[in-house]
Amino acid sequence: MAISSAILYISLFVSLFFEIFLLITYFEVKSEIDFEIEHGGKDIKSFPTVTIVVPCHNEERTVVDTIKSILSLDYPKDKLRLMVIDDGSTDRTKAVVLETFRGTPQVEVFSKENGGKHTALNFALEKIDSDLVGCLDADSFVEPTALKRIVTFFDKEEVMAVTPSIRIHDPKTPLQYMQRVEYSWGIFFRRLLSSINGLYVTPGPFSIFRTKVFKTIGGYKHAHHTEDMEMALRMQKNGYKIVNAHSAHVFTVGPDKLKKLYKQRVRWIYGFLNNAIDYKEMFFNKKYGNIGMFVLPIATFSIFTTLYAAGNLLWSIASKIPEHLAKYEAVGFNLGMPNFSKINWFAFDLNTSFWITVTTLSLTFVILYLSLRVANGKARMGRDVFYYLTLYAFIVPLWLAKATYSTITQKKISWK
Amino acid sequence: MPDSKKYIFAFVMTVAIFATALFISNSVSEGKLAEIQNIQNRLSLDILASETQSALLEETSCKNVNQIPLTKELGELAERLAAAEEQSGSDNQDVQSLKKQYFLLEIRDYLLMKKISEKCGVNPTFILYFYANETDCEDCQKMGFVLTALHEEFPDLRIYSFDYNMDLEALHTLRTIYGLGETLPAIVINGDPYYGFRPLNELVESVPALSRLRAEQIKQQKKATTTKSLGL
Repeated sequence: MAISSAILYISLFVSLFFEIFLLITYFEVKSEIDFEIEHGGKDIKSFPTVTIVVPCHNEERTVVDTIKSILSLDYPKDKLRLMVIDDGSTDRTKAVVLETFRGTPQVEVFSKENGGKHTALNFALEKIDSDLVGCLDADSFVEPTALKRIVTFFDKEEVMAVTPSIRIHDPKTPLQYMQRVEYSWGIFFRRLLSSINGLYVTPGPFSIFRTKVFKTIGGYKHAHHTEDMEMALRMQKNGYKIVNAHSAHVFTVGPDKLKKLYKQRVRWIYGFLNNAIDYKEMFFNKKYGNIGMFVLPIATFSIFTTLYAAGNLLWSIASKIPEHLAKYEAVGFNLGMPNFSKINWFAFDLNTSFWITVTTLSLTFVILYLSLRVANGKARMGRDVFYYLTLYAFIVPLWLAKATYSTITQKKISWK
Repeated sequence: MPDSKKYIFAFVMTVAIFATALFISNSVSEGKLAEIQNIQNRLSLDILASETQSALLEETSCKNVNQIPLTKELGELAERLAAAEEQSGSDNQDVQSLKKQYFLLEIRDYLLMKKISEKCGVNPTFILYFYANETDCEDCQKMGFVLTALHEEFPDLRIYSFDYNMDLEALHTLRTIYGLGETLPAIVINGDPYYGFRPLNELVESVPALSRLRAEQIKQQKKATTTKSLGL
């Protein structure tokens, strides 16, 4: 009992501290965010050369739209090159690209044996000599102004990589609507983490790097199927600055079914945990600033507290089952409406943890509101928020549990 | 380097929120302690009132019986006592003392009601329920559900619950009067003891007083339906 109380209070303290820290950071950078929306991508004096790599493996259905969105970027044509790397597709990916973009000099197509996304990226990196290089997954699309808005950040010499805001493209299923809100959180968090130099992922869709980064610290690694996380951690470890251009929008297709979403998230969390183990020396190490002292520890901690809270909830539900069975045995089914006038308000245990939980939850809603405003310009209660509030908390523990279990038992997980 | 000022500020604010929550929860606890004190006062007053009512009964006519506030608070007090027991623990001395006072009040109410029924010729059904904690009585929780359901079905039932193991002389006497053994749960319905758990319907069917109540209720319901359908 004392141990579970200690865990509860520590979890509540850390969660509350994190939320307060985020809110302070938001109010510090609010004017910067507004300025970026207004002025991002304007007054670029010289345009650096950029290569966008599109690694694809059996993406015949979406790759054409992805390439078209890159070709529609508002960026000088002579400064933008596009490399499609067909990573051993068994469908018509390569043929479709060649047929559609024959006679488009900006687009080059290469084929290689299947080896995974990181090998496709490294294959491209060997052939690149542009100033900047980025990647766009073949299920993602960019907004025309995205590259200009990103390139602005490279005016600062110390910036080595810029990540975009990722949004869910054209949601149709409840799970995709739910992800739209989840990605809004992501947009908000990344912008705030950027301001404390705490970004630990350079997402596959349209993160742009200085090419010299790869020449200096090497190419992508397998990294437990999360090469974008490993690259960000390696950059942070080497003191390379990563920033977020929150007004540069990239759209990605979110998994439409629970099974697909579950697999994707197990891979992400598994990747995070295993990369965290690989980079454990960064934890609580002052040398690495906020990312080492705060961001990585709290991100890891939150996985375990979420699992603990879910386990606790399940246990409390399970422990009520015998009582309900006993009631059924005694009096049979009683389908009457609960009589609220009979509720004994005196019985509510309004202890310290209750008030702190209420405060923490209230701040969570404040942050949700701010996330929606920062990501979409406005916050309104639509079906996306409804699905998010009713589904998300119940399904997150599923992939957290699986990823944690696979990490503890050192069981490999599959890519798809 | 991390911005230590921001961390310190966030930490101080978090501590301040924790301190406020602690303060509010302490205030609520104090309120609850006062409430327990209030329960104690009400119990003492109700016992006294019950004794007085009993003494006055000789002087009261039966048509005024319904106006006597016959410890209407028993149910509410029982709920508050259960909540106090859950939050402070059943070993808590204050809770134990409150339970003893509550059982005394129940016995007083039982005796008073019996006296009234004799004087006025009304014939309510009395149930005395003897329970114990889960370790000593596995089926007591289920029996509790049955009695709750029974009270919902027949609101005029007079049900009194007693902790079989409570060290209270009046309770020992009550057990002796009805010759109760040690098998639990035990119920005494209009003076006849029944032992062990019985599901709701089985209990109603096996106890004549309850069967009669159900039959009367069905009869009244039928009558009400007929009157309604005839538009009377």
